Amino acid sequence: MDLENIKNGIVELIKKAETDLPPDVVNALKYAYKIETGVAKIQLDAILKNIDLAKKTKRPMCQDTGIQTFFITVGIDFPKILDLKTLIDDAVKIATIQIPLRPNTVDPLTGLNHKDNIGSYIPYITWEFTNGNNVSITAFPKGGGSENMSKLGMLKPGVGIEGVKNFIVDEVIRAGGNPCPPTVVGVGIGGGADLALKLGKKALLRPVGTHSKDKKIAEIENELIKRINDSNIGPMGLGGKTTVLDLHIEIAHRHPASLPVGIVVQCWANRRAHMIIYKDGSWEVK
Amino acid sequence: MEYHLTLPVSKDKIKKLKVGDIIYLTGKIFTARDETHHIMLEKDKLPFDPSEMALFHCGPLMKKDKSKWIVVSAGPTTSSRMEIFEDNFIKKFGTNIIIGKGGMGERTEKALQKYTGVYVAYTGGAGALAADKIDEVIGVYWLEELGMPEAAWIFKVKEFGPLVVAMDSYGESIYKRLKKR
Repeated sequence: MDLENIKNGIVELIKKAETDLPPDVVNALKYAYKIETGVAKIQLDAILKNIDLAKKTKRPMCQDTGIQTFFITVGIDFPKILDLKTLIDDAVKIATIQIPLRPNTVDPLTGLNHKDNIGSYIPYITWEFTNGNNVSITAFPKGGGSENMSKLGMLKPGVGIEGVKNFIVDEVIRAGGNPCPPTVVGVGIGGGADLALKLGKKALLRPVGTHSKDKKIAEIENELIKRINDSNIGPMGLGGKTTVLDLHIEIAHRHPASLPVGIVVQCWANRRAHMIIYKDGSWEVK
Repeated sequence: MEYHLTLPVSKDKIKKLKVGDIIYLTGKIFTARDETHHIMLEKDKLPFDPSEMALFHCGPLMKKDKSKWIVVSAGPTTSSRMEIFEDNFIKKFGTNIIIGKGGMGERTEKALQKYTGVYVAYTGGAGALAADKIDEVIGVYWLEELGMPEAAWIFKVKEFGPLVVAMDSYGESIYKRLKKR
């Protein structure tokens, strides 16, 4: 198997994520442009022009190229499982120079920049295993400005679902223009503290415009979108109808004494790209 | 109203700017995030004169082509992180145009009023578009110590915008208005 070729594929995957926004996000932004007026429309006009320019010139759409984050599902019969971590690390180093990416890994204590987007636990990889012999990778570079608006609420179970809804609406409104709205909001309800936030982040992988398969959850998603958009925070917090493009909820069962709610905010640049590596080492980036 | 301004911008012209106006800037700007604010406030002497430039809250993505720096992507960073420094910064350097995103708080609002300045919002994330309005990289300071995003980059820009006047020199703020609703 040609590992060098797989590494090049992962560099392509990162490039696709950084320079080419998925169509579900672009369509939601185009719709927002259509319904907005004034300053809000000016913001969306700049966003859409920027998306076009980045795609055409193969440049990262945002200077914050994020923390390199990957969700990987490994088919247990894939022959080179043990090489995947090194391939990803190496691809991130190459991508940093080639695309280029902004060096975004900083020592948490000294502030020293590692310069190659590699560091302790970074790139951050979530591994899942399944039957089969293919590897599926989603690249999800995550910007700092929106990540800073993440919130964990360890609510009292007595507040009920209404308390959960109010917490989410209040926190997204409190974030205002900081996370580069119109945002996509991922929410994890239940589990423990870490699981709630993990589910919040995973919820962001769902395409914009799709709702939970659970009808009751889908209803809550719709209600929260409406309540947040009624706040008039608007694109970039400068006022307008579109504060969130979408809001996705994932759930886990919880301890009777706990009601964790994890909110993860994603800027309008909801960057995602997908890759499949086949058992013979050939690959496809979508 | 829409204004096309050349830096440095006089006090009289700053006074004309009101919340909601759109401006485009031509001239020199410098980038400063948390660390550069910190360094500049501590130093007695600076290697460049910030008073003739606009301040840009930005950690750009740069590329070195042989010996020349090229801007790849350079949108604004979240301004609220600089709130703890900005009033002293305005006072020390006479900064009268701040470019950022997401808005700033009461301390900055008061300093803009007292020293006649404006805070203007550039579309967050529109980094490729912003890079296209930057004509030249004039210099960079503290690159080794602080790294690419935190260093002070000096850019020559042409018709940099559209920038929305989001906080003016009269104590008005778009963000404050929206909060009150």
